[in-house]
Amino acid sequence: MALPRPEPVEIHAHAMDNLRYIRRTIERAGSFTAVPGLGGVLMGSTALAAAWIAGPRTANLRWLTVWLAEAIVALLIGILGAAVKSRRAGMPLLSGPGRKFVAGFAPAMIAGVVLSAVLFRAGLGELLPGVWLLLYGAAVLSGGWASVRVVPMMGACFMAAGTAALIWLSAPGDVFLAAGFGGLHILFGTIIAIRYGG
Amino acid sequence: MAAKPNKKQLALPIAIPAASGAQKLDRLIHERLRLGILSALSVNETLTFNDLKKLLDTTDGNLSVHARKLEEAGYVLCQKSFEGRVPKTQYKLTAAGRRALERYLDHMEALIGAMRQK
Repeated sequence: MALPRPEPVEIHAHAMDNLRYIRRTIERAGSFTAVPGLGGVLMGSTALAAAWIAGPRTANLRWLTVWLAEAIVALLIGILGAAVKSRRAGMPLLSGPGRKFVAGFAPAMIAGVVLSAVLFRAGLGELLPGVWLLLYGAAVLSGGWASVRVVPMMGACFMAAGTAALIWLSAPGDVFLAAGFGGLHILFGTIIAIRYGG
Repeated sequence: MAAKPNKKQLALPIAIPAASGAQKLDRLIHERLRLGILSALSVNETLTFNDLKKLLDTTDGNLSVHARKLEEAGYVLCQKSFEGRVPKTQYKLTAAGRRALERYLDHMEALIGAMRQK
C-alpha cells in the first residue's frame, strides 16, 4: 500500500528546516576551524599603532623592537581569540583542525624569525616588511587551507602585499606593514567575525 | 543526541516536483545526523571522530553507525591511525559525498521553489 502523501506545506517546511540545519552545522563547523575574526580586528588595530610608533626607518633597533613587541602581542591576541572562539563553539582549541592550523602556520613563521635575524644583521632591514608579509601570508595560507575559504584568501592577500613591498623597496616599509598587518587583519577579521561566528 | 526518525521525515515522498527534474531524494543523507556529518565535512578538509561527536552533539555509537553508512556509500573516507597509543579516526568528504550534498541542497531548494510557485 502506498504511503499517504503529506501536505505540500509540510514538505516545504521540512525542506526549509533541513536547509537551516545544514547552514547551522556548516556555520558551527566553519567557525570552529576559522581564525578568530574579532581577534584579527584587534591584531590589526595594534599593528596600526605599531606602524605609527615604529615609523618608516627599517634599519634601526628601535623599529625592530617595536615590531617584535607587536608580533608577540598579536600572537597572544590570536591565541586568546582562538581559545575564546573554540570555547564558545564547544570545541577544544587543539582538536584536529586547530592542530592542523598550527602545523601549517608554524614552519613559515619559524623561517620568518630566522630570516629576520639574518637580514637585520646583514644590514638589509629594508627587506623585512616584505619578507614578514610574504611569510605571514604563506603561514596563513597553508595553515588555513582546510578552513573556510576566507582564511586562505587572507593569506594570499598578505603574500601579494609582501610581494609588492619587496618590489617597491623605495616605498616606506611602514606603509605596507600598516596596510598589511593593520588593514588586511581588520578587513578579513571583520568578514570572519560577521560570517563565521566571531 | 539519538538520531530518532521524525514523523515528517518518514512522510516525505521520494520524488520531488517536476521543476527539479524528478530526481530521487538521497535517502542516505536525508537522515539528520548523516546530513550533519556531510555538512561539517564540507567546510573542513578532515575532522576527527571526536570533533564530529562534539560538533553534532551525539554519542559514540550513533556517530559510528551513521558514519559507517556514509563510508559504505563512498561519501566519506575514514582513516584510522594511532597518535602515540591513542587510536584516532579521521573523516574526509569524498568527491561523491560533496556531489551528493550539493544534489541534496538543490533538491531542497527545488522543493521550496516549487511550493512557492503554487
